[in-house]
Amino acid sequence: MSAFLGQYGGEIAELTVEHLWLTAAAMLFATLIAVPVGIWLTRSPRWARPVIGIANILETIPSLAMFGFLLPLPWLGERAARIAIVALTAYALLPILRNTFAGIRGIDPAIVEVARALGLTGTQRLFKVELPLAASFILAGLRTATVTCVGIATIAAAVGAGGLGELIFRGVASVDNRLVLAGAVPAALLALAADGLLGLAERWFKVPAQ
Amino acid sequence: MGAAIEFRNVCFAIASGRLLLRDISLSLEEGTTTAILGRSGSGKSTLLRTVNRLIEPTSGEVRVRGTRANATDVIELRRGIGYVIQETGLFPHFTVERNVGLVLEAMGRPRAEREQRSRELLAMVGLDPYEFARRYSHQLSGGQRQRVGLARALAAEPGILLMDEPFGALDPLTRAEMQDMLRDLLARLRKTVLLVTHDLDEALYLGDRIVLLSEGAIVADMPPAEFLRSRQPEVENYVRAFHRGERSAAQEREA
Repeated sequence: MSAFLGQYGGEIAELTVEHLWLTAAAMLFATLIAVPVGIWLTRSPRWARPVIGIANILETIPSLAMFGFLLPLPWLGERAARIAIVALTAYALLPILRNTFAGIRGIDPAIVEVARALGLTGTQRLFKVELPLAASFILAGLRTATVTCVGIATIAAAVGAGGLGELIFRGVASVDNRLVLAGAVPAALLALAADGLLGLAERWFKVPAQ
Repeated sequence: MGAAIEFRNVCFAIASGRLLLRDISLSLEEGTTTAILGRSGSGKSTLLRTVNRLIEPTSGEVRVRGTRANATDVIELRRGIGYVIQETGLFPHFTVERNVGLVLEAMGRPRAEREQRSRELLAMVGLDPYEFARRYSHQLSGGQRQRVGLARALAAEPGILLMDEPFGALDPLTRAEMQDMLRDLLARLRKTVLLVTHDLDEALYLGDRIVLLSEGAIVADMPPAEFLRSRQPEVENYVRAFHRGERSAAQEREA
């Protein structure tokens, strides 16, 4: 065990960081896209079904196929990490989008009406009332997305994007379960840690009911 | 004295074509309290909400201090009109102090001014600022919440106060306390108040004038004393629906 760690420890650490980076970049992009789009959908609800439908379809594409589709595209296909980040972003869109939309739509209509009646502008209403009240909901979406993407990111190694999947693929190819575990265990721990941390953040933003 | 609020032939129809307000014309004098009575669905709240343009009339016009409401910038209009609703109106993620100062915050007033003003207002509605300023809505009783809601509505010193069944969710004793507090306050501040209620007693106690709505139309408009004596069938019906327990207990005693 210690000999194994001595041999692979450095690589595991390196790949963990890479894994983390891929996921974090994808989460950042997905949040930057899905939260504004979710807010826009609350203002134009007739678009909600088609737009959330598209995000839903993206979610159903098998991940290996998604990486395959992106491979031949210009610019994207040049770097494996770009493919991985775009694919992970696509998977993260749905939960964040859905929760942003549902979180804001779910606010007590009386509260939103009072915000209007008091003379808050649209922007003030969004930043002072709607986003704070929907924050824990949006974070719950981000949390689901992160946990999913930490898992899917292991498959990114199939297109050479690196991350902990690399150890898993190598282990499978050489029938070495220790290598499979060396990739799978840190990936699982990452998912658990992300789940725990975002769960804390979610609770922090939770607004007590009246 | 001029009209603070004036409704001129106001109609409001929903998408299905059903009329919620039928040709309402009404003029509210500055500094008076008008109680709008009527059963649920009679159009009371709808009428109230045309004043701060939460609803735009389908036809006719609403004038606020002589100017057409829909010709005024809606944000400015609303900041000049206090709004109090039943129960749920407080923002649960803000402290009492921030709730009260929110209109001033939206207007960009400095923090120190907001804090001082919200403490003054809390004292005015009978809440000790030291005890309540830092609390959240869920840490208050129903009556305390309504006090905070009223303080918030007064923050920007609006001349007009719209109250939509403000005490509807309170028990009778708390409601009576709130009505006393409001009456004292209004005697001092001289606001023009439009009070929507289905409680006859509240309308009699607080109103200088009672307007009875039925199916979106005004069926009676008179001072409280006259309202009780009126022989008009709609009014009699409404009055008879109240104090029934009292009458039946009295009959039992006589029997």
